[in-house]
Amino acid sequence: MRSSSSNKTALRFWQVVLFIVLLAIWHVATSPTLLPPVYFDNPHKAAFFFGEPLKVLARTWEWFSSGTIYPHLWVTLLETVLAFVIGTVLGLGMGLWLALSPLASALLDPYIKALNAMPRVILAPIFAVWFGLDIASKVALGVTLVFFIVFFNVYQGVREVSYTVLANARILGASERQLLRHVYVPSAMSWVFASLHNSVGLAFVGAVVGEYLGSSRGVGYLILQAEGTFDINSVFAGIAVLTAFALLLDWAVSLAERRLLVWQPRGGETEKM
Amino acid sequence: MVPALALEDITVTFVSRDGGRYTAIKETTLQVAPGEFVSVVGPTGCGKSTLLNVAVGLLQPSAGRIRVFGESLAGLNRKAGYLFQTEALLPWRTALQNVTAGLEFRKTDASQALRQAESWLQRVGLGGFGARYPHQLSGGMRKRVALAQTLILDPEIILMDEPFSALDIQTRQLMENELLELWSANRKSVVFITHDLEEAISLSDRVVVLSAGPASRPIGEYQIDLPRPRDVAEIRLTPRFIELHGLIWRTMKSEVLKSYAQQQQQ
Repeated sequence: MRSSSSNKTALRFWQVVLFIVLLAIWHVATSPTLLPPVYFDNPHKAAFFFGEPLKVLARTWEWFSSGTIYPHLWVTLLETVLAFVIGTVLGLGMGLWLALSPLASALLDPYIKALNAMPRVILAPIFAVWFGLDIASKVALGVTLVFFIVFFNVYQGVREVSYTVLANARILGASERQLLRHVYVPSAMSWVFASLHNSVGLAFVGAVVGEYLGSSRGVGYLILQAEGTFDINSVFAGIAVLTAFALLLDWAVSLAERRLLVWQPRGGETEKM
Repeated sequence: MVPALALEDITVTFVSRDGGRYTAIKETTLQVAPGEFVSVVGPTGCGKSTLLNVAVGLLQPSAGRIRVFGESLAGLNRKAGYLFQTEALLPWRTALQNVTAGLEFRKTDASQALRQAESWLQRVGLGGFGARYPHQLSGGMRKRVALAQTLILDPEIILMDEPFSALDIQTRQLMENELLELWSANRKSVVFITHDLEEAISLSDRVVVLSAGPASRPIGEYQIDLPRPRDVAEIRLTPRFIELHGLIWRTMKSEVLKSYAQQQQQ
């Protein structure tokens, strides 16, 4: 027990050291004064193309201390959460329906395959026309990304319900509705949770790409503006903020997962007395 | 007396996708009286489980009829409980929630269901384990939960498909004794499927021997006149048990050899 926790601390330490080393390399390589220019003819060109870590940090700090980032961040997160929730609910509903209705499944199969194969990011301009430049078009894009992940997992989850468990529930007296609620949905949910990390990530991608392609608010918009004025430091600062929040969302998902899937065995888990 | 369960001239023929046909059971008749404990033994692959699936209504027979207390069976057998050979507990429910499941499906009052389930968990020796999920229980404990899950509904007919075959021998004998104790406290009709002749004799009032597949049918029926209550481990050492075992084994042996020869050919 002790050795594993001290191992973990050591691991964290080296992860932080690696991070600092990478930042230091970035700093030294882009600073106009520290090294003579190796590749570029002008000492300021490296900083122009790759930004400078200290200025990126300063810009991030400025965003948060002045509060200018909050409305943008709020919009992006709202879009992500909406896309995630709507996409999951739709995917769950469609997945259950098609998995339990062989006729509908056979009928819609080629359409589902085609829609899934389509590069859906390309729908962003169409959604912008349909839903305007506000959050609705970004949510729509995120939904198309999340939907298929959840849909396929639910479909699989329902198909993989053990025959014995199903027969047992039937003999114990479960009606079709009760089978859905007590057998199919819980089984499908375990598959949905397995895909949750993916779908939250894609909801985020949908929001940011949507903003980047046309919007008036959001972190994606902020990055687009900075790019327009060749403000590479702000671009990197935007990316850093997005990454940090993506990690935060991922962590929240892990937390929810641990709560809701207590019934699943984990590798190497011992019995709790 | 009207039998609790009567299988009349049951034939089950499976048709595979490429048009092949396989007759698992042919013209089988089996009657079980109320409160009677009947074991069905036979070599592996002789259609024992198929017979049980027909009796519970999971499988429609190709020919023949099933009567439950005199009435023709259509759909699932609502008077029967079924103990599966493989894992059948709902993995996302705790032991306690698994035991209440049947009552919940029947819309019994929740607090009453909970009380009954707790008492059943006690009865199968799992008093303090209600909050555990199936994966946190041992194989023997899971079987006990499954037993409580079935018996809480107080079915008139209990069908068991090699329920203890996956357990080690000690756990198995413990479970067999517990089963006998529960059964004698409230005698229901039991059909117990097994390939283990000793298990069949030590538990039952009557043992039915099935022939090797395909087209299995009963080829022998033996009344087991051993006194009750029985201890499954001790009764195996009595002369009458050994005599009965010898008698039934003579019928079974040729079928087992037939079944073995078939497996070798495949």
